[in-house]
Amino acid sequence: MEPLLAIVVGVLFSTAIYLMMQRNLIRIVIGVIILSNAVNLLIFTLGRLTRASAPLIPYGQNVPLEDIANPLPQALVLTAIVIGFGLFAFALVLTYRTYKEIGTKPVKEG
Amino acid sequence: MMKSLILETATKLLFPLLLMFSIFLFLRGHNDPGGGFIGGLVGAAAFALFAISSGTDKARKLLRINPTFMIGLGLFFAILSGVISVMAGTPFLTGQWAFPVVFGADLSLGSPILFDIGVYLVVVGFTLAVIFSLEEEG
Amino acid sequence: MSVLVAVLLGFVVAVFAPWISRLLKDSAGWALAIVPAGLFAYFASFLPLIASGETFRESTPWVPYINIHFSFYIDGLSLLFALIISGIGTFIVIYGGGYLKGDRDIARFYLSLLMFMGSMLGVVLSDNLLTLFIFWELTSFTSYLLIGYYHEKAASRRAALQALLVTGTGGLAMLGGVILMALAGGSMEITELVNEADVIREHGFYIAILILVCAGAFTKSAQFPFHYWLPAAMEAPTPVSAYLHSATMVKAGVYLLARFNPILGGTDWWLWLVTGFGAVTMVVSAWLALSFTDMKRVLAYSTVMALGTLVMLIGMGHPYAMQAMVVFLLGHSLYKGALFMMAGSVDHEAGTRDVLLLGGLRKVMPYTFAFGTIAALSMAGIPLFLGFIGKELVYEAALGFSPAPVLIIIAAVLANIALVASSGIVIIRPFFGEFKETPKHVHEAPVSMWIGPAVLGVLSLVFGFLPFLLSDYIMVPAASAVAGVPLEFYLAIWHGINLPLILSVVTLLGGILVYKAWDNLRGSVMPGYKTAFATLPEAAYDFSLNSMLSVAYWQTLLFQSGNLRYYVMTIVGFTVLLVGYPLVSKAGIYIPVDWSDIHFYEWLLAGLMIAGVLAAATARSGLIAVISLGVVGYSIALIYLLFSAPDLAITQMLVETLTVILVALVLIKLPGVPREPSPVGRARNIVIAVSAGLMVTLTLFAAFTVPFDPFMAGYFTENSYVIAHGRNIVNVILVDFRALDTLGEITVLAVAGVGIFALIKLHNAVKQAKEEGKI
Repeated sequence: MEPLLAIVVGVLFSTAIYLMMQRNLIRIVIGVIILSNAVNLLIFTLGRLTRASAPLIPYGQNVPLEDIANPLPQALVLTAIVIGFGLFAFALVLTYRTYKEIGTKPVKEG
Repeated sequence: MMKSLILETATKLLFPLLLMFSIFLFLRGHNDPGGGFIGGLVGAAAFALFAISSGTDKARKLLRINPTFMIGLGLFFAILSGVISVMAGTPFLTGQWAFPVVFGADLSLGSPILFDIGVYLVVVGFTLAVIFSLEEEG
Repeated sequence: MSVLVAVLLGFVVAVFAPWISRLLKDSAGWALAIVPAGLFAYFASFLPLIASGETFRESTPWVPYINIHFSFYIDGLSLLFALIISGIGTFIVIYGGGYLKGDRDIARFYLSLLMFMGSMLGVVLSDNLLTLFIFWELTSFTSYLLIGYYHEKAASRRAALQALLVTGTGGLAMLGGVILMALAGGSMEITELVNEADVIREHGFYIAILILVCAGAFTKSAQFPFHYWLPAAMEAPTPVSAYLHSATMVKAGVYLLARFNPILGGTDWWLWLVTGFGAVTMVVSAWLALSFTDMKRVLAYSTVMALGTLVMLIGMGHPYAMQAMVVFLLGHSLYKGALFMMAGSVDHEAGTRDVLLLGGLRKVMPYTFAFGTIAALSMAGIPLFLGFIGKELVYEAALGFSPAPVLIIIAAVLANIALVASSGIVIIRPFFGEFKETPKHVHEAPVSMWIGPAVLGVLSLVFGFLPFLLSDYIMVPAASAVAGVPLEFYLAIWHGINLPLILSVVTLLGGILVYKAWDNLRGSVMPGYKTAFATLPEAAYDFSLNSMLSVAYWQTLLFQSGNLRYYVMTIVGFTVLLVGYPLVSKAGIYIPVDWSDIHFYEWLLAGLMIAGVLAAATARSGLIAVISLGVVGYSIALIYLLFSAPDLAITQMLVETLTVILVALVLIKLPGVPREPSPVGRARNIVIAVSAGLMVTLTLFAAFTVPFDPFMAGYFTENSYVIAHGRNIVNVILVDFRALDTLGEITVLAVAGVGIFALIKLHNAVKQAKEEGKI
């Protein structure tokens, strides 16, 4: 499954970067959201995938009895999802405020 | 705010359930899927739904405390849990545990739980601060 | 009391100086002078130890793991400097109290001056190279504050900045030099490096060390062609000029060279570089002094001349030169400090310090005149004054300079002729002749302003009469410290009729002639001379500063376009190159062959994500974009669920939901999404974006060929329940093992929340208040 997800991650990166190079603020914000999803998926994939079982320790045991998924990337990605949400909210409000103040949305042309 | 009788009625039923679910997710978080982040997001979603169906005024009244204050409170708890570790003579944020038996029930109390409460409050506070502000923008 | 306490005392008292100043008003100067006076007494208590040929060293760890210690070393050289700094400092503080009496910023003067004194003591006492550098920079910094004391004057600000930039640049060079020196010698302590001197002189870094250290010393000690900042710094209040720009800070470069002489000296490079710069500075600036009529400028250039002489002597390297160096150093500090204070008193009382506008002041300012004259006689090198002994020794040293005795002796005599003339200019012009009306009604300066010149002037005379007072106690140990080997000598007033004495007579007569011809010289030769040696170097400084600003402006415009897409392009482009090149050249392109374990629905899910993301990218309306994004987000949540990450799946699901709510609240208020207009731009963007995506995929492919290291995961899995009492390992990592990271992350959330709150709520509140006319 890892190779397939690697391709998906690549497509997500491409699209995100393409959108971030646009003039339109909404597209840029969408690009940022896709980028944060892409990075999360990348970290998750790099930690290797397993269909076996979740990183939980069964009751009555001190350590898991069988193979479990790698918990570290999951912990990293979990906070990253929430932070990504925070970033998105901030970017969205900034866009909204810019739009309200200036009335136009194209990013400054150099 | 969306004026919709169906939504309002549904929310009235869903809201307490979501809130309980949020606390349930939070409490089981240390041993099963859940925890401060997830519980906080569910709790925030509950209030967000309420705000959309019945307006932010009512939602704020129901919440009782200001979301921005909640953020601060959350950070305070999180740091407090670290200070407890320092006072116990261990590095900042090292987990401290006690296993008292109260009314015959085994409780496991630890500073990480206090920390998770902090996370919960920050997540709820943040999400609601954003949603309430935007909703009130009109 | 340890040396560390003595060095830091200035800083500590400096902090309280403003209160003391406010509390004691006009007598604060006298009170604060107790600090340098006490330090002087403390350092004087080392004299017997040093005179007996011993040294003293103490060390307090500061940042031990990178070998930075507060280590202090007292030998003849550092003790001589410490005594000059604290001794003259005493009178400067008193003098400053009189000079700036009633000035509203006088508290700031005391604060900066005491901090400067502490820094300067740190420079001359530090044994650790990095501590030395820190104190060195502190002197630059505090001198910036002191030169810019009259910060409302543009000239002051310019002079302060100029001094800071010139000495600061030199300081950075010196940092490079001392680090290389520490690498070459294997120690940060100067006392240890002295033992490694041979290694350092043979080392491949030697030339670099030498040039960098000299760059630091030459800029600090105002050697030609970096000398221009010192005369410009005369914009400072006179007590500052008297202290920093004659007796102490400008001698830090001299100190550094003297201190490093046992380590770096003795090579041809050292000889020619140091002696050469010193000699040129000496001659050029001695005559530059004659092109000015401002007393402080004349004194400033004669100070540069003295610094040049000192540097030249250090470069020569033979015992006579060391002897001459330490005697000339003390002599100069005494007379120049006194003369600056005298010039300041004249300026303060008469309202001008232009010698052409002054005359006949000796009757109205008798004390200032008397003590100033003693100092000036010492500067002119008249027998029975310390300046005379210093000058004789300089001539002897020059005659003993075997590579080029004639050249150096001519230079020394020429320079000293100009020095004699300068002494005449600053004394005869303002004090003799007919009394001239001045901008202010002249009267004698207060006692606080002539006690300094009195003590320093009288000391010039006492030491000149009785030089043996100095020899054994301080001069022999100091010269020995510079030489690096014990020296034996004896200072005397009279050496019999010999070549130096004849040269002294020539110098004196020449000086009188030049003084007589001064008015003519000023009208004829001097303007051209001044342009060549004073104006041009400063113009070079201005030019380089302006060029630097233009380059900065140009490159800022180039790189900081303010256009987001170019930033993204630059960052992504460089990342692709920097990661892509080693990836292809080192790891090679690896395409996985085993696609068999992928289930049918997983292919479907991947296709759904790709389709969703492409739809989001090409959508014309915000709503479609949001829906497509939702498809991608929920698909990712499914991936998490399929691959044993229930926590992630739940979080992703919830965040997607909340995102939709947010978007619904905001995006519907915004208009549609126009496309990129230019097809060329679109093609370029696609190329950059696709290459970035390709690079990510190939990197991942390559990463999968490396075996997975389960160490970290194993640790968390094994200890999650045993140590941290939690069965959900992901949550345990978040709230226990890596709680500090999580704390950082919720802090980010908190900051973002406050930011959003400010963007919406506060903004509206301010707007409303403005509308209501409250703001």
